[in-house]
Amino acid sequence: MPRRRGRVPAALLIPAGLGLLFLVLPLAGLLIRAPWTTLPQRLTEPGALTALRLSVQTATLATALCLLLGVPLAWVLARVEFPGRRLVRALVTVPLVLPPVVGGVALLLVFGRRGLLGGWLDATFGLTLPFTTAGVVLAESFVAMPFLVIAVEGALRAADHRYEEAAATLGASRWTTFTHVTLPLVAPGLAAGAVLCWARALGEFGATITFAGNYPGRTQTMPLAVYLALETDLESAIVLSLVLLVVSVGILVALRDRWMTNA
Amino acid sequence: MSARSMRTAVAVLVAAGMVAAGLALAGCGAGDDQATGGTEGGRVTVFAAASLTESFTRIGKDFEAANPGSSVTFNFAGSSALANQITQGAPADVFASAAPANMTTVTEAGNADGTPSTFARNQLVIAVPRGNPKGVASLTDLTGPGVKVALCASQVPCGAAARTALDAAGVALTPVTLEQDVKGALAKVKLGEVDAALVYRTDARAASAEVTGVEFPESARAVNDYPIVALKDAPNPTGARAFVAYVRSAPAQAVLAEAGFQAP
Repeated sequence: MPRRRGRVPAALLIPAGLGLLFLVLPLAGLLIRAPWTTLPQRLTEPGALTALRLSVQTATLATALCLLLGVPLAWVLARVEFPGRRLVRALVTVPLVLPPVVGGVALLLVFGRRGLLGGWLDATFGLTLPFTTAGVVLAESFVAMPFLVIAVEGALRAADHRYEEAAATLGASRWTTFTHVTLPLVAPGLAAGAVLCWARALGEFGATITFAGNYPGRTQTMPLAVYLALETDLESAIVLSLVLLVVSVGILVALRDRWMTNA
Repeated sequence: MSARSMRTAVAVLVAAGMVAAGLALAGCGAGDDQATGGTEGGRVTVFAAASLTESFTRIGKDFEAANPGSSVTFNFAGSSALANQITQGAPADVFASAAPANMTTVTEAGNADGTPSTFARNQLVIAVPRGNPKGVASLTDLTGPGVKVALCASQVPCGAAARTALDAAGVALTPVTLEQDVKGALAKVKLGEVDAALVYRTDARAASAEVTGVEFPESARAVNDYPIVALKDAPNPTGARAFVAYVRSAPAQAVLAEAGFQAP
């Protein structure tokens, strides 16, 4: 039973309604303008499927990379006291506020052919990252990892320390505690972070085009294909956008039902 | 006024303010253009091909100096993106395209005021890092092992021209990237990530501090005409016509020639 009933104040209801419209109308526009009659034929165009497959693959690999590096980073930020921790935390969130194109340029300056590490990687291992699928994964990870780190760190901070302390008292090493107590404890937060990270990676545009370029089948992900289709064929761009929308909403809904019911 | 009614009044004001702000946001494109559009000159919004960035920026300044009270705002991008923005109703006064095809998109949609006129021509060169470390002298050299090449995507004029030139030369080339506009392709050369890119002579010249432009004979087969037109729904029609006329005048043509454009 609500504590105070009565009319919902207009001062909240009106802006809330406007906010909802603002978020939903563009999506409705996409649905309304979609060329439904030619949709099946446009969808099966090889270019669209190639871009979609590449997008899903790279976003998944990027999420794996972010989990591998981001979870330990979040743990260190949440559980280890060290000088400059606040600064490190701020640094981790920089890619969130950085325009992705700037992130792409920064990646080139480090991993590019003339970059700080790129030249060495090329000379030592013959490894070049720009214009490769690996480069796409790297660009997506750079932009998406903060989402994961923030979500997992938040979950770690909110988790009850007493379970970890009990495990330690019972003789578990810090590593065992991490794998057997901490990780299961923060699993919902971890799943939420991974989904956010994946969604952000799937939509990545700026850093990808700057760092990895645009070549069908190798670095042209869905958002790049949408942008390029926009140059000539609005309807194709709408169809591609629609596919991206359906895939991301579909996966978000599916995962939410499975893992995040209480998150 | 009681505290309660005071609160209600404030809340209503806030809500009204938000609605007003929303309406202002929605209408701002048309609103402030009309405010300045009535005076002679006023603000002229020019949508111009990326390859016109340097020369049009200068021509815009000259135009402002020649027409006191006027100000020119540019939107530089790939011609096809601009053509799309215009047909989608972007509030532009003038459209200057790097190829007739993109201009046709605009004229066929009924967005042009009058017939477009060609004001410049441009040709491709091979942009290589300054000093040409790989010794690129022809299109064929671009197919050598370990030579990374950036092209424009075929949807944009520089990409279409590159395709024509490569076909004319009978050279089968696999680029590492297909960039959205000519400046993107040039940037990859400047950053040293590719060994060469096919860009306009004017772009190579504008970046002569970092890149060298290598001329090649087949570029004569892919000359781009640059058309310009005032737009029918221009917020500032007088300014639009004045700017188009200025671009065709002797001082502006001198700026274009200096940038490496050929006269129409």
